[in-house]
Amino acid sequence: MTEKTPFVDIRHAQKAYGDLEVLKDINLTVSKGEIVAIIGPSGSGKSTLLRAINDLDPLSSGEVLLEGVQVNKTLPHRQYEKHINEMRQHIGMVFQHFNLFPHLTVRENVTMAPKLLKGLSNAEADQLAEEQLAHVGMSERIDYYPSQLSGGQKQRVAIARALAMKPKLMLFDEATSALDPELVEEVNLVMKKLAEEHMTMIIVTHEMDFAASVCDRVIFMDGGVVVEEGPPSVVFQNPTQERTKNFLRKHLAQYAESSK
Amino acid sequence: MDIDLILRVYPHFLKAALVTVELSVLTVLLGLVCGAAAAAARLSRFAILRFIGAAYVSLMRGIPALIFLFLLYFGGPQIGIQLTAFQAGVIGLGINIGAYMTETMRGAIISVDHGQAEAARTLGLSQFQSFRKVILPQAMRLMIRPLGVNINAQIKGTALVAAISVVELTYTAQRYIGSTYKPFEMFFLAGILYLIIITVTGKMISFLDRRVRLP
Repeated sequence: MTEKTPFVDIRHAQKAYGDLEVLKDINLTVSKGEIVAIIGPSGSGKSTLLRAINDLDPLSSGEVLLEGVQVNKTLPHRQYEKHINEMRQHIGMVFQHFNLFPHLTVRENVTMAPKLLKGLSNAEADQLAEEQLAHVGMSERIDYYPSQLSGGQKQRVAIARALAMKPKLMLFDEATSALDPELVEEVNLVMKKLAEEHMTMIIVTHEMDFAASVCDRVIFMDGGVVVEEGPPSVVFQNPTQERTKNFLRKHLAQYAESSK
Repeated sequence: MDIDLILRVYPHFLKAALVTVELSVLTVLLGLVCGAAAAAARLSRFAILRFIGAAYVSLMRGIPALIFLFLLYFGGPQIGIQLTAFQAGVIGLGINIGAYMTETMRGAIISVDHGQAEAARTLGLSQFQSFRKVILPQAMRLMIRPLGVNINAQIKGTALVAAISVVELTYTAQRYIGSTYKPFEMFFLAGILYLIIITVTGKMISFLDRRVRLP
């Protein structure tokens, strides 16, 4: 990393559902072009934190800033709507279950938001769809419906759909967790390609190999706090915290087990 | 069975069946309008609208359609509502079936996977855009068949307006029994005509459902 200006700045993020505190005063910055993996056991708050970045799961208190602009502003309903819709155009998100629009073709999935929000003409939108789908290797399925695609293909289209809004930041919420093992790689390859293009990415994942090979930094969360963070080489090979060691022991063992 | 009698009276029954069709179409249209409005109210972020929507549904589902019809037609003049029997029939039954349609539509809308709205909102679509472009097209597909069930019930439900003397199929059957003393033939004929209307409508709904079905 050369540039170190805080691109994403999470300050004192706290979230509670009643008595259950799922995020406890989290502070985190991400630089432009940085690729960060968030790992941790289920219930650790990692997805909640990711979903707080675009205010999909609003924080109870604390701030999220993108390039110095607060994302989770407290505003009257109409103003908030206008603000958040504008902010979200810059923050792409990819979900575990793809969430492609089943009533639209692959092309329409990719072009809907740019047409609606940026006023692209049909020709411009078609060109955009072709570019974005070529980028994820899905050109040949441009006029298919999501139900006619495999899970890996769906996720690649979902990535293209997010990229079509030309986001500054991409959030991945366990993008490969719902995929059959043999389909994981094609999605990982697309994410690697994005990494090479210096897209800023925050990735919640269970895949330690992928995190180790692609990410600049790994954040280990447990019980709503960041337990440990650092370059993958440090967090994976020389974790200092007992909880990290336990998690990795279990997870890497499981991983070794399942890949036999 | 007196086939000759049936052959003699059936043209009158056909005319009455047209009135039944007309009543069905109008009540269903009014029901769809009421249903869409009340479903929107029930899903609103304003508590008062949610309350009004819910109150309408419980009220209309909680009293017999026939009582509501009587209230409107016989009780209406007392509070300054003067309606012909046909108008009272359309309005009364339309408002009534609308309550059932409200629940059908609301059910279809809330059964669209929440991830759909999340994906739409994440792209920057407004609440309204995400509803119109993502949720509604999926919900509409989901509601065709259950609305078909409501419509089926409503077509048969139009028979109630015989009680306020609208000359439709059931009323016509009753009237001809008075002059022929052949209830079996008259109700048999009316039944067949209802069956035809219901079957044709059912086919139309299936056709529509297949037309919009996704691959």
